[in-house]
Parts: sequence; C-alpha cells; structure tokens
Amino acid sequence: MADPLPAPADTPSAADVDSERARAGDALAAVARELESRGARAGGAAQEVLEAQAMMAEDPSLADEVESRLAAGKTAERAVYEAFASFRDTLAEMGGYLGERAADLDDVAGRIIARLQGVAAPGVPEPGHPFVLVARDLAPADTALLDLDQVLALVTSDGGPTSHTAILAREKGIVAVVGAAGAVDLADGQTVIVDAAAGAVTVDPSADDLADAAERARAHAAAASAPPTAGALSDGTPVPLLANLGKPGDAEAARALGAEGVGLFRTEFLFLSSDEAPTVAAQRAEYERLLAGFAGTKVVVRLLDAGADKPLPFLNDSEEENPALGVRGLRALRSHENILRDQLTALAEADAATRERGEGADLWVMAPMVATVEETRYITALAREHGIRTAGVMIEIPAAALLADRLLAHTDFASIGTNDLTQYTMAADRVLGAVAGYQDPWHPAVLRLVAEVGAAGRAHGKPVGICGEAAADPLLALVLVGLGATTLSMAPAALADVRALLLTHSLDDATRVAEAALAADDATAARAAATAAASSSPTPA
Amino acid sequence: MTLSRTVRIGSSHGLHARPAKLFAQAARDAGIPVTVAKGDGTPVNAASILGVIALGVDQGDEVTLTADGEGAAGVLDTLAELLTTDHDAE
Repeated sequence: MADPLPAPADTPSAADVDSERARAGDALAAVARELESRGARAGGAAQEVLEAQAMMAEDPSLADEVESRLAAGKTAERAVYEAFASFRDTLAEMGGYLGERAADLDDVAGRIIARLQGVAAPGVPEPGHPFVLVARDLAPADTALLDLDQVLALVTSDGGPTSHTAILAREKGIVAVVGAAGAVDLADGQTVIVDAAAGAVTVDPSADDLADAAERARAHAAAASAPPTAGALSDGTPVPLLANLGKPGDAEAARALGAEGVGLFRTEFLFLSSDEAPTVAAQRAEYERLLAGFAGTKVVVRLLDAGADKPLPFLNDSEEENPALGVRGLRALRSHENILRDQLTALAEADAATRERGEGADLWVMAPMVATVEETRYITALAREHGIRTAGVMIEIPAAALLADRLLAHTDFASIGTNDLTQYTMAADRVLGAVAGYQDPWHPAVLRLVAEVGAAGRAHGKPVGICGEAAADPLLALVLVGLGATTLSMAPAALADVRALLLTHSLDDATRVAEAALAADDATAARAAATAAASSSPTPA
Repeated sequence: MTLSRTVRIGSSHGLHARPAKLFAQAARDAGIPVTVAKGDGTPVNAASILGVIALGVDQGDEVTLTADGEGAAGVLDTLAELLTTDHDAE
C-alpha cells in the first residue's frame, strides 16, 4: 500500500486567496462526506471512528488555522498540511491513547491533500485478485471497508495492541499481524504466509511451507465449525475451557461457543456509573440470573475490582500518583468492608436460591489484587463466614506468585490474571501505549511466575486457573497448561482455536513446550522456541 | 445571555474519541456559541472535536461550559448531561 504523501512544498500560492480558500473548503467538505458515507456503509464501531474523522475534517478550530495560513498567501495544500500538523503535534505530545489518535488525523490530512493535488488517496490497492495487504498502518477508513473476499490477511509494521487497526481487525476476524517490523521490506508480488497465531510472517515460503499452511487453514476452518467439545489434551487430560464474562446476559452466547462454565465473571458492571453501592437485593437478582444461565457448571465470580484507576465515589475518591500501585482491588474493598460484606451476602443468597430451584451452579468466589498471605487468610475466612463454599485469590502481583505455595495453604484455589501480572512484573502500565512493548505475557519472567503458581497448585492439590488474555492465544494456552494451569478462561470467541490446538498435544508435549519457552531470554524468543517445540512432535488429533 | 456551568466528567475513558464526538456534535447542533474549559484553563470552542480532544479531559475532571445566546440554559442542560454520562459503560 502506498506510503503517505510527502509534505506539500511551502511555496507562495500563485493563485489568489479567494480561489485557494474555495479549493480548501471544497476539499475539506468532500472528504468529510466521503468519510461519512464510508462510515454508513461500514456500521458498528467503524462508523463511530469514521464519523469522528469526518468531524475533524470540518472542525471549526482547524478551519481557523487553515484560514490564517491562506490569508498569509500559502497554497491550500500547505495550509491544510500545517493546520493538521499543529493539532497532530498537540495530540502526539499528550502520548498514550491520545498520541495514537494522531495517526487518525494524518489519515484525514492525507485524504484532503491528495484530493487537492488530484491524486488517488493513499489507501488500499485493488489488484483484482485475493491478496495480503501490507502497510505501515491502516487508517480506520481503510480497515472498515476491507473486502474480506479479497484481503486474505493484513500485515502492518506500525501500531500497537490499542491501535484502531488492531481493534477493528479483531472485530472483523481478519487474520492480522500488527507491528511486524520487517513488513516495510516486503515487495509487491512477493508470496508470504501470515500466521496470526504465531505472530509470524514467512517470506518466499517453500512448496512444503505452502502445503503445510493450506492444511493448517483447512484444519482451522474445520475446528471452528466443529461442534464444541470439552477442552482436553490429546492424551485425554481434561483442561476445562471457561468464559470471561461481564454481564449475566452473555451466558447463552458463551455456552453456544462451548464454554464449560465461567472462569472470570466481572462484577464491575453492577457498580460503575452509580453514585452508591447497589443493594444486596439488586446484586442478588443479577447473580441469580448469572448462576441460572450456567446451571450445573462452574462459575467463578470476581469480587469488585475497582479503585484508583476506575474511581467509584463510594469506594475511593482520593487522587493517587500511581493508581496501579494504589488502593484498588481487595485493598479498596477491605477499607470499605460493608460493601465487601454486602457483595458476599448477595452471592451466597443467590447461590442458595438458585440451588433451591434446582438451577444452581458451582459458585466459586475470588478476590482481585491479593499480595500477601495475610490478605489470603482474611478474604477466605470472610467468604466462608458468609457461606461461600469455594473461595480463592487472584494472582496478579509477583509477590503472590512467588509465595503461591504459602497462599494456597490458606485458600481453595488460585486464578492468574495474566494482564495485571505482566504489568506488575514488567513495570509497564497496561494502558500506556508507550510501554506496550513490555506488555507481553510470553516474557519468560511472567512464565516463570506462572510456573511457581502451577507448582504450588500441584503440591497442594488445588486448582490453578488462568483468566487473562494470555489464555486466548492457543500456543500460549498450551504453555500455560504445561506450567501447571488446570483451567483456562478467555473471551468466548477464542474458545474454538484454543480447543483445537490443545487436542493436538499431550501433557508431555505441553510440559516440553513450556520448558522451551521458559528457557528463552525474551518474549519473542520464548514464542519462537515454543513454536518450534510444538511443531517438532505434535501428536495426531 | 451568557451562562456557565461546571460539571465533572463521567465517561470512564474521559473525553476522548466517542464521547468527544458526541459532545462536539451536540455543541455544533446547539446553534449558539459554546465554549468548554478544563479546570481554570483556556476555554475552547465546544463544537471543535479537535479542541475538545486536545483538552485531555479524564474521568473525574471538572470542566466549565459557557453558552451565549437564546436558549443557553437548555443547551447547557443537554451538554452537561452528555458530559456526566459514562458513554463507555453503555
């Protein structure tokens, strides 16, 4: 795909100010209309993004910036370029999420300047046959309208996990590798294999590679359309596959995709956007819906996980310098024990009521952000006092992982939240784009901590679940099982791929693949080592 | 008639992208000049999505709306409600 246009030259306009003003006005309006119409065709989240871009093209502050430059005798192209650049720089300086919006702004500017210069807008080519699209990054306008019959896969050299490209590709189910540094060196017409599961792009593959990829694509399609079965390894070792859910109403869809229960039910939805904590009765009604939706299966409910980064006026209203290291999770609940007791009461009552009606589930309750043995004893005792039968803790802090053997002596189970565990292990804020590169659960330091927890679980004969996004990466899921995880919980859409991969490897394979990853120096090497170990002796499905 | 009102932002991701778009659209459709300022900072045109995003407003921040013209009170009611709603929780 063509790179963005070069900056228009800063030479005085040969035309008069009025005609330049008219050209600029026409181009801004035309691009706004085009973005709106693309949005209307795309629908969904893409439409929101494109409508925001259309508003940027006709923004009154931007128009002022353009006008002052036109009045100074600049060309329409240069005036638009400079006006956008001034806003772009402001956003880029703000960093993080806002910094990434700077790319959206570049896209709008590029479209307007291309129109003024009478050239094709930078964008997706149409070679007339199916192709792999390679680009620095994709603008939302391009990603939204990709022709999925033509675009076989997407490879970008820029962009992180929070870029619009990554989000929209996930939503549309496009095979995508985002942030592949070598992508800029690919030439038009080269043959590549894009393996999204491995995050790898194979250039100029051999005939064997191609046959292998075609076979894997066939197997993937077959697995995705096969009726869901219980999660298990090829030797029959069961690995229950559970769903991460945020609302009771999501139960049916999760079950249809083969969820064997719920490994992480987030209760925040009950508490966000309210000025005071919900009553026991209101909570109980929602929990009853949830448990009835998974009658007869396991349902792990996480106690309210909020604090400094998700402020709730009734829980924590104080400013903190480092919210991720502050009063959140169990710490926040403990400082408002009445809210914690209400939640436990509501859960226990919902459990008893649904059992009475014969639609009960196997309710487990766990506390977020536990750091110490003392906290483990506290929350386990408090849960039991309220009549919760199975109480456990989340392992998200390295301290808890390192002392998992001590923690598990005092509670019923552990569940590892890989997103936060990675954040705390790598000292990299999960929501900060500038450190997104550290946010990789494949890092051997993270895997070593998981191994500690797995070993502790085996020693105590207690379950160790995974409920972070790491479990949704099929190969990493195999590694986690090899490290001692006994259940995996993930977004329901990921269940089919994970189920299919587990079925092709034994527990011995999983252990060997995990050891290969653990021995690596960094996340990239760990993934590569695991890929090699997994392909060296897969057992037949 | 010039009226002002100070409100606290409800969207859990602050006034970025979607909430900023909804807000700027509503301000544009109001038909009278409206400005928005973060804390005691410089007011920007509320109908400018770029200006609004560049304020860098997070959840819990206080912003001051100022509207000038006929129906200013109603315009402020509508905009204040948009700002205090958590659009990311919908």
